Amino acid sequence: MRNFPTPVDKTKTIKLDERSKYLRHRIIATLQATRRGHVGAALSLVEILRVLYDEILRYDPTNPQWPDRDRCILSKGHGCLALYVVLQDKGFFPEQELWRFCEEDGLLGGHPEVKVPGVEASTGSLGHGLPIGIGLALHARHEQANHRVFVIVGDGECNEGSVWEAALCAAKHRLSNLTVLIDYNQYQSYGPTRDVQNLEPFARKWEAFGFVVREIDGHDVKALQAAFSAVPLEVNKPTAIICHTLKGKGMSCTEGNMKWHHKSGISDEEIQQLQEALEVY
Amino acid sequence: MRKACLDMVYELARKDKRVFFIGSDLGIGTLQKFKDEMPERFFMEGISEANMVGMAAGLAMEGKIPYVNTIATFLTRRCFEQVVIDLGLHNLNVRLLGNGGGLVYAPLGPTHEAIDDIAIMRTIPHMTVIAPADADEMRRVMLQSLDHKGPIYVRVAKGGDPIVTNDRIPFEIGKAFEIRPGRDALIVTTGITLKIGLEAATRLRSEGINTGVLHVPTIKPLDYRTIVGCAAEVSVIVTVEEHNILGGLGGAVAEIVSEANLPTVKRFKRIGIPDIFADKYGSQASLMRDFGITTENIIATIKNLLRFQDSSEKLIEPELVKEI
Repeated sequence: MRNFPTPVDKTKTIKLDERSKYLRHRIIATLQATRRGHVGAALSLVEILRVLYDEILRYDPTNPQWPDRDRCILSKGHGCLALYVVLQDKGFFPEQELWRFCEEDGLLGGHPEVKVPGVEASTGSLGHGLPIGIGLALHARHEQANHRVFVIVGDGECNEGSVWEAALCAAKHRLSNLTVLIDYNQYQSYGPTRDVQNLEPFARKWEAFGFVVREIDGHDVKALQAAFSAVPLEVNKPTAIICHTLKGKGMSCTEGNMKWHHKSGISDEEIQQLQEALEVY
Repeated sequence: MRKACLDMVYELARKDKRVFFIGSDLGIGTLQKFKDEMPERFFMEGISEANMVGMAAGLAMEGKIPYVNTIATFLTRRCFEQVVIDLGLHNLNVRLLGNGGGLVYAPLGPTHEAIDDIAIMRTIPHMTVIAPADADEMRRVMLQSLDHKGPIYVRVAKGGDPIVTNDRIPFEIGKAFEIRPGRDALIVTTGITLKIGLEAATRLRSEGINTGVLHVPTIKPLDYRTIVGCAAEVSVIVTVEEHNILGGLGGAVAEIVSEANLPTVKRFKRIGIPDIFADKYGSQASLMRDFGITTENIIATIKNLLRFQDSSEKLIEPELVKEI
């Protein structure tokens, strides 16, 4: 049975509050320093990560390996710009590292690696995070530990067979301490997901694989807070929360614009254009 | 050897709570005692190798030591990227136990023949690659696997391979063992080819050719000092492996011997599968015969190389040794 029978209204435009705008300004500032990055995929993730790190996850930036922390894996590693600005905002590493993104001696690369404080698994090649998350969740159960595991996957990533191997496995083990968050911006590199490799009926697929499923607007902070606070939604099932998002959310020039999936050689004019578009959003 | 391997997984799990077992869809009753006594650390996860390896990585990130077991081809080819990224890049303590390394599954055809597992695993940074010679050595390998840092691939041969090692060959990860010293020729083996290497050396000696045998159970990291040291003593070196001659033991030995720039010229030959898929079924032994992985071919190859070591005449290949 669907938990949220009312489909998310994709035409509704969620306004961004100051914090969401601030984090996007940080992403633009990082781009300004390095002139490159997966922009669209980061912008659709901002509210998901913001709510997780502001209100849901337990962690200690001064002790990133704290055993009782909640584990969060950004399996769609190309969205790392959003993760980096959030982790830096929380004090996992100094601000200067943002300005050295992708530089030869920088800490932060174009995909997250475990050498970065706060990053649980090196990702970038898609379809790896969920199987690893299962191992982490099985360990937590084995140790009777209370920490939870969150894995953020992309919609294009759900083309990978390993995601569905893992979905079968998570349900078999009734891993209620595991939550999959899907950034469903409905675009992948080549174009709309419905054209490249249609995922629909997406929620029904996750349900059929044994998950309890919620569908929410992935930019609605209150909805994200409510959904993330409610997990586990059932005692014997893993949770999948499909976050309906807009690729490039927050600037009229990037929203749904495939030019911004990955961009290099970003000019001063384009940076200015992004800043102005964000201000008036 | 497979039984010895899995028996050791059970023994290790009994004494160390960090040990987990993850199988795919193995034969019914596999490690039943483990499952009965330690069900919370026993997993049979179905035909989903990518997920198994990722899951093992997650457990290892938390300090566990998962032993992952399925058929060697599926554990190396099918989920190669998971092995590279999840295990290699993260340098995790996961042990991959690949059943049927080499031509063991000859009756089942080339989809099941692991002719490239050593080459595949060798290319992964942090990965250790081990091919034990027999069940006794497998037990010694497994004992050492517990506290080794980083991922390990163990090539598991079939059951009933003749026992050719003993406690006087003290297995150590990363060490090659000079079983017999030689002055004329050197046979370098890995895995079950130690047996035919020893046979060939014995027969060559009876004919007056002083032939050494160097057993290399750890193909990575390679024991540079011992291999180059033994190679320096002889004029002829032959490597023998139940594996494609590309990228395996022969390639690895050729790389380090070439780079050692030894003062005297060496004649060198790789004996193995000549970069082809098997086009027959039969048995492991019959395919090894077809590919020239035999005592007779080792003897013929060494005699041939010795005959022409001081000659400018072109080397004549024995019929069995195919040219690549």
